[in-house]
Amino acid sequence: MDLQEIAKKIRVDIIKMLERSQSGHPGGSLSAVEILTALYFKEMKIDPNNPKWEDRDRFVLSKGHGTPVLYGTLANKGFFPKEELDNFRKIDSILQGHPDMKGIPGVDMTTGSLGQGLAAANGMALAGKLDNKDYRVYAIIGDGESQEGLIWEAAMFAAHYKLDNITVFLDYNGLQIDGKNKDIMNIDPIDEKFKAFGWHVLTIDGHSFDEILSSIEDAKNTKGKPTMIIANTIKGKGISFMENQVGWHGKAPSAEEAKIALEELGGGLND
Amino acid sequence: MTKMIATRDAYGDTLKELGELNKDIVVLDADLSGSTKTSVFAKAYPERFFNVGIAEQNLIGTAAGLATAGKIPFASSFAMFATGRAFEIIRNSVCYPKLNVKVAATHAGLTVGEDGATHQALEDISLMRSLPNMIVLSPADAIETRECILKAVEHNGPVYIRLGRAKVPVIFDENYKFEIGKGVELRQGIDVTIIATGVMVEKAILASEKLAEEGISARVINMASIKPIDEEIIVKAAKETKGIVTVEEHSIIGGLGTAVAEVVAEKHPTKVLRIGTMDTFGESGDGFELLEKYGLSVNNIIKKAKELI
Repeated sequence: MDLQEIAKKIRVDIIKMLERSQSGHPGGSLSAVEILTALYFKEMKIDPNNPKWEDRDRFVLSKGHGTPVLYGTLANKGFFPKEELDNFRKIDSILQGHPDMKGIPGVDMTTGSLGQGLAAANGMALAGKLDNKDYRVYAIIGDGESQEGLIWEAAMFAAHYKLDNITVFLDYNGLQIDGKNKDIMNIDPIDEKFKAFGWHVLTIDGHSFDEILSSIEDAKNTKGKPTMIIANTIKGKGISFMENQVGWHGKAPSAEEAKIALEELGGGLND
Repeated sequence: MTKMIATRDAYGDTLKELGELNKDIVVLDADLSGSTKTSVFAKAYPERFFNVGIAEQNLIGTAAGLATAGKIPFASSFAMFATGRAFEIIRNSVCYPKLNVKVAATHAGLTVGEDGATHQALEDISLMRSLPNMIVLSPADAIETRECILKAVEHNGPVYIRLGRAKVPVIFDENYKFEIGKGVELRQGIDVTIIATGVMVEKAILASEKLAEEGISARVINMASIKPIDEEIIVKAAKETKGIVTVEEHSIIGGLGTAVAEVVAEKHPTKVLRIGTMDTFGESGDGFELLEKYGLSVNNIIKKAKELI
């Protein structure tokens, strides 16, 4: 199946998941669909039947509220049955509101409290170096998340220890809960900041598979430095009424809204 | 003459010893390796030692990531910063996913001394004890420290080990074996019970010896395992003696005293008098003089024990 088709299926799952649980974060999930699709369906060395495989590539969703895109991706990849998505955020479900590595096959790190995932990803990359393993570590951080001090502690660390086996995407959709990054707490020039911290920095269109995949190749060929890929994205991407709307950060669609969203994606609630 | 060794020194030596036996052990420090004694490990195994700089949140976060890949990270700093600054990282990135990270923090309590209140952690036991999946250990001397480190490595999951700056007397012999979840009766007694942890264990023993001179039989229990706590030994003391004095180099809120009071309140109510810092910060000064000033003294233990008779 081509990546565009898979991305569409994941978007459908995100909308259904949120509509059924009446809870969750659509905006920052939809903005990261292409990145996760490219990683899980094209790039990463993983085995859905052996999620704890020692030599696998790792993925850390540092912006942990993007659970719907992660769960949707993992389910489509076969880490757990798709029916499980119906239980997202419900009591007794493995699919906790934020990623929980203890209960969910394929989740490599528990995240949710912003800023912590990058440090953990560094630890994984460091362990890979220590063990002379060639696995790679991928992470996604949020733009708003970059306001956390720990991101910069971790950024300094990755460069200092020359972790060239880690590739991080910054999902730059420009919005956070209270409004635009620019108004709340400006993070720009974010590329210059990471460069100054010793990272190899690329800027891409985060919805273009070609650009995502070629930036990953670029990162793999970069020695002695971690790579930060600033992915310019659209919050709520793919659903017209959610795109670039700050109100869709952490709000679930009603049944009616979900129906419209799914029609836009070319499917129905019960497909 | 009793040998005097700081628990932090025993920690450094034990790390070095274990480093040879277990290649999965890695050590991280936040620019205090000379003080926490992780420098001893760093010198022996430089390839498995990582200084994160003055960044305690990153210290714990990186350790969590290493643990996901099968490493056994020891993360060290002063107790103040390891448990205070990094509390939420310990909660969400270590305890919640139950990762195999050992937080071994030195310079706990008033015996930090001259650096004063900003560096004297009096809340760390309370903070760490409140976290699900966390084991909390507070060894009394060098021998017990080594034992605690060995048991921490055997346990698959988060462990907090509370260590001190000051040289303290060695009270256990080489054959001593520590077990997580078990207290140890150091002196038999039938009138009152003194339960102590860390630096205060030696003072509890001295108090019991002085009480004996006055005809009072005081049982002394060393409680290095604060979580899980040995309920059996506490209930037995509550049943067999007239009351319990708890002694710790920590706030009376949330530490050993609280843990003991919780057990007796539910299992066998008896009077518990807590000795610790009385909801206050410390200050600069010689560490042992500070213990006296804040009531963490042999005389105060004796006074409280007598109140129970």
